[in-house]
Amino acid sequence: MEQIITCINCPVGCRMTVSLNETGEVVSVSGNTCARGEKYAHQECTLPLRMVTAVIPVANSDVPLSVKTAQPVPKKLIFAVMEELKKVQVAAPVALGQVILPDVCGTGVSVIATRPLL
Amino acid sequence: MIREHVDILIIGAGPAGLAAAIAAREDGIDSILVLEREAMPGGILRQCIHNGFGLHRFKEELTGPEYAQRDIDRALELKIPIECSTTVLSVSKDRVVTCISREKGLRLIEAGAVILAMGCRERPRGALCTPGTRCAGIYSAGTAQRFVNLEGFMPGQRVVILGSGDIGLIMARRMTLQGAKVLACVEIMPFSSGLNRNIVQCLQDYDIPLYLSHTVTDIQGRERLESVTVSKVDERRRPIPGTEMVFECDTLLLSVGLIPENELSEGAGVVISPATSGAVVTDSFETSVPGIFACGNVLHVHDLVDHVSNESFRAGHAAASYVRSEKKPGLMLKVEDGAGVRGVVPQLIRLAPQEPVTLMFRPSGVFRNASAVISCGDKELMRRKAMIFTPGEMAAYSLKPELFAGLDGSLPLTVRIEKGDE
Repeated sequence: MEQIITCINCPVGCRMTVSLNETGEVVSVSGNTCARGEKYAHQECTLPLRMVTAVIPVANSDVPLSVKTAQPVPKKLIFAVMEELKKVQVAAPVALGQVILPDVCGTGVSVIATRPLL
Repeated sequence: MIREHVDILIIGAGPAGLAAAIAAREDGIDSILVLEREAMPGGILRQCIHNGFGLHRFKEELTGPEYAQRDIDRALELKIPIECSTTVLSVSKDRVVTCISREKGLRLIEAGAVILAMGCRERPRGALCTPGTRCAGIYSAGTAQRFVNLEGFMPGQRVVILGSGDIGLIMARRMTLQGAKVLACVEIMPFSSGLNRNIVQCLQDYDIPLYLSHTVTDIQGRERLESVTVSKVDERRRPIPGTEMVFECDTLLLSVGLIPENELSEGAGVVISPATSGAVVTDSFETSVPGIFACGNVLHVHDLVDHVSNESFRAGHAAASYVRSEKKPGLMLKVEDGAGVRGVVPQLIRLAPQEPVTLMFRPSGVFRNASAVISCGDKELMRRKAMIFTPGEMAAYSLKPELFAGLDGSLPLTVRIEKGDE
């Protein structure tokens, strides 16, 4: 199977063709112009990861709280993470970096606050 | 009216104003005041909740609020006074700043130096001359970003985005994650000015189509937006009849460019460059009005906040040095835009600079395997090859002081892009 992806490492934006075998392993990468592209192609075609950022309402504040996953999570879980965040109840004060939701969707990654809220 | 006095007054507590204030304080200036019209410092970063900020400066990827907080914490540590909810009404050419706030009323503040750090604003619908009705549901992308991220409500549910700048792309993802359906992102140019990363992670990840060489040619709706018409354009950006597509939507977001916010600068008599829409400055970031400095997006629109901060640290140091009357402006070397280059900053460089000078500019088009060349008459000061130059990425080159040896200012410095093989 072949997958065509755009490299995101720099403004050149190489169009890379990635060949995968039946078990989903990367066999070859072409179209890249540097090693960073090849590394990205491997990650993107085997386990694509994304940071998820969002805002959640705060019980005792007009201002919502901005949050992020402390580490990137599998891309296929983005909407599942957003669903979990809908259930979170939080009240001020919140410190920057405070864990809002530990181990989101069984990823082992915490969702943390990205701003202080007094 | 009582006149207050400060050594350095900074207008705006976004990343530019904060960095300038920090640098001036670290240089030992005691009397500093930062004025901010919003209720909190941090500027536009407060609403940029996505990550990707700070890779150059902090070697890690932060969200906007996290990046801002680092500078806010440092400013507090240095006991820099930041007065929020205070709007500057005018700046005079002799550096008297008129400002107003609910708490303190109308005030006049004399400043030894003023640093303009007001940032930029979005190009509005009126600037596009898009036909159609004036219904509700049309917002600039940044306004929608503020609604969603700072005020906690959604501007609509079925969305078309005009313009593929980074803010538009970021909002395509945000609106999708918050439950809206983004139908299309429409770009009049044959290429996007947004980062590849944002095209992949904000559009492709969510199967949002990007229509290049297309534009919105009609807007329909009485009270609220009901639909927009999108047409293909030819190479001269004229809509091609017969290519119309209609998208039923309740929201149109505009992400069609940013303009430095220079009303206050113009009031002070600061000369504005038509290429950058920001002040004409020296390598010390001093404008045409002595003692008034400019940095950040009010000077020229940046892609990366890291560059805003670095530029503003330098402006803060320069202003500190000005109030101590250390630097005397002497003869200047003019810097001009050559082929393929638009809006070089700074536009003037002191002869025989003591420190490295960074020249920043935007390529006027997409050039592959080309070279950036900086020359003065027959003398070539620098030549750097790059795989790609694009208008979406500001180019920056630092020139060592020794490169300026022998230049007497009789000829300008020219920055150009020399085309390579495509």
